[in-house]
Amino acid sequence: MHERVNRMLERAEAEGLVDVAYAETDTPVGRLLVAATPRGLVRVSFRGEPADQVLAELSERISPRVLLVPAKLDEVRRELDQYFEGRRRRFELPLDWALTSSEFRRRVLERTAEVPYGETISYRDAAAAAGNERAVRAAGTALGANPIPIVVPCHRVLRTGGELGGYGGGLEAKRYLLDLEAGRLTV
Amino acid sequence: MKLPPFQLLLERHSGEIYRFLAASLGPLDAEDAFQETFVSALRFYPKLRDDANLRAWLFQIAHRKALDAHRARARAPLPVEQVPEPAAEPAVGGEREPALWRAVRRLPDKQRTAVFLRFAADLDYAQIGAALDCSEPAARQNVRAGLATIRKGWARA
Repeated sequence: MHERVNRMLERAEAEGLVDVAYAETDTPVGRLLVAATPRGLVRVSFRGEPADQVLAELSERISPRVLLVPAKLDEVRRELDQYFEGRRRRFELPLDWALTSSEFRRRVLERTAEVPYGETISYRDAAAAAGNERAVRAAGTALGANPIPIVVPCHRVLRTGGELGGYGGGLEAKRYLLDLEAGRLTV
Repeated sequence: MKLPPFQLLLERHSGEIYRFLAASLGPLDAEDAFQETFVSALRFYPKLRDDANLRAWLFQIAHRKALDAHRARARAPLPVEQVPEPAAEPAVGGEREPALWRAVRRLPDKQRTAVFLRFAADLDYAQIGAALDCSEPAARQNVRAGLATIRKGWARA
């Protein structure tokens, strides 16, 4: 059955019928679900979010042609592996912002994507970078709704004073990513 | 329209769709028909207006692909079709009996599909009606007529 389905998927892909391809990948912060459209990486989700909910959201908001095609995510998985091995400081993946409809939120996330590896900014900095210093709470919401965590490094945004703040993947994961980037882990 | 991710349909129904096609066409042609069925389902999926009966919808497509294959065969009978079929093997422990399926395969299109959908795919009459584009009573009638024909042939044999 597996072979049969794979043949079908190959044909579907050749005919441009796979709108959202997804795969799962194991990392030190747990198993991640990664999804991409022909435009680029559209979603990364942590284990805490049930996969069926994530897939339902992709189906509803992008296209119901959502299929498990791990080969389509090979490059994404490769870059994530390198990142977690400490061999990659910058992702070079095309991104699809289809799940971020608000312009302000998108600006917050795009600015966040420019925060260098190993550095951190505050929620206020993120709001200011997006053009509205007073919209701290809205910036926090934008970061909390980041559809592409890790690759868009919202873990590099902390409370003023250095407190961790929140994280969709759990604070333990946030701490792990910050420790990894600060070289506080032996990898 | 809130449709479930296509992957879910594939996981839930690819097995039974293949079994239906294999019963209707034999394993060789079933491979192609399976590819055709799911590729064309995927092509039209985003345009679906009703997610009430996705399973019957898939069987409807499979049914059409099986009809195409039957027609193609009728136009160009393959040499392999002329090989006489081996004598009926006795059913083993409730397994599908090939001779019986062969008898089903010889039924007229609608009856054949109705019988397969009822007994190979376990669809109810409303779902068979949806798959065959006919009413529920018509679906029931097709199954009944198909079974009667098979019974007659069986009694003669």
